[in-house]
Amino acid sequence: MLRRRVIPCLDVANGRVVKGTRFVDLVDEGDPPELAERYAAEGADELVFLDIGAAPEGRGTLLDIVERTARRAFIPLTVGGGVRSVEDMRDVLRAGADKVSLNTAAVADPGLISACAARFGRQAVVVAIDARRRPDGQGWEVVVKGGREATALEAVDWAERTVALGAGELLVTSMDRDGTRSGFDTELLRAISSRVEVAVIASGGAAGPLDFVAAVREGGADAVLAASIFHRRIHSIAAVKQAMADAGLPVRVVPEAAA
Amino acid sequence: MSAGSARDGRIDHGDPPTAAARPRFAVVDYGAGNLVSIEQALIRVGADVAIARDPAGLDGAHALVVPGVGAAAPAMERLRAAGLVEPIRGWIAAGRPYLGICLGLQLLFDGSDEDGAATLGVIPGRTTRLVDAPTLPHIGWNQVERVRDHELFAGIAPDADFYFVHSYAGAPEAERDDVVLARTTHGGSFVSAVARANLLGVQFHPERSGDDGLRLLTNVVALVRAGAAAGSATPSVALA
Repeated sequence: MLRRRVIPCLDVANGRVVKGTRFVDLVDEGDPPELAERYAAEGADELVFLDIGAAPEGRGTLLDIVERTARRAFIPLTVGGGVRSVEDMRDVLRAGADKVSLNTAAVADPGLISACAARFGRQAVVVAIDARRRPDGQGWEVVVKGGREATALEAVDWAERTVALGAGELLVTSMDRDGTRSGFDTELLRAISSRVEVAVIASGGAAGPLDFVAAVREGGADAVLAASIFHRRIHSIAAVKQAMADAGLPVRVVPEAAA
Repeated sequence: MSAGSARDGRIDHGDPPTAAARPRFAVVDYGAGNLVSIEQALIRVGADVAIARDPAGLDGAHALVVPGVGAAAPAMERLRAAGLVEPIRGWIAAGRPYLGICLGLQLLFDGSDEDGAATLGVIPGRTTRLVDAPTLPHIGWNQVERVRDHELFAGIAPDADFYFVHSYAGAPEAERDDVVLARTTHGGSFVSAVARANLLGVQFHPERSGDDGLRLLTNVVALVRAGAAAGSATPSVALA
């Protein structure tokens, strides 16, 4: 049976791992390849790098980080942030990433999703959706540019459309919960996971192991992503997986040395 | 195999390989994605790696690795453009060590339902879409249930998980065929590993499957080393 994945997320800016709250107030959390190797040894099922600087002049730094990581951590790596073209995606895959996550560029040009899927296969195309609950409580709107800009898009509709265009997975982040440690927005996750057949990765708000269980059980997520609770060693990957296993969810057993 | 491919298959791969301490693996690059991970994983487990972009890239190699993800038709087109289709067929026909990963396994069958492409035709059967899958693509860690013992899985727990990324899988024509080594369940059940003499194929990604994946690749290196020592990996074996 397919395992539910636990995925540490490394937000990268200027060559360092950083973490903020609601996408701002960044704090340095370490060297990306070093953290990646640590997480692989501790039983992470996959890694996500999000280049939140994403400035064109920083691309070389990011590709170097991806390459150094691929030499040390033998688990899948998804890279997002600043991928605006098929050529950008090719460069990131060549550096050693397995998948690329598209966000702002996909909203600006949905055809980019199809173009990337046609060239590299849909399994390599993750669409990241940052969503914010509408003030009136009626659904969620898609926000872009690291949460700085609202769009007119309804998150669930956009999710369905990106899958139709070729998204192989969706990385769904609740901007309301990001970095707040108040739990995942399971309603948002359920609204999307019930409408698409691709895997949904839950993101934004993890506080403790039970939140991971809720993201899967209540939210219908196939994978769960978190950053600060792992970076700051508030909870181990093994503890999260143990809670998931105790709840009857299928997880990959953490290597003994790390458990 | 056609007369044409047999003729083209009798290609000069240089001097017969010796039992090198670090056997040389040619990893075929035909633009189908990330090669860094398989290259680095093989180096980690004791192989020398040469990236092969044309037939000359196979010279002096002890083993051939065809990785890749994605669809069969563009893959076959790129292999053909690189002049690699007949050398790969010839390599397999000569009984030399071959490891197909994901698409590199699917290409061994006669053809793919994904886009109708004719593939290498080494194993009778077709590449078909996963049946009753709850999510597609099938992405993530899943159990590889062995149907028989093989050195490929030496030292790996029977319930070990490996990492998959695909929507299609090769279905051998004769299920009882001894080519099937392992199966995996995602909705329906599909063939996740095959082995026939020096021909190995896995639907999952050992280079992305953590310590168990590295163990499997270590086993491949050991098999190649042993084969080279015994002479079975030399190109002197008669073509089919």
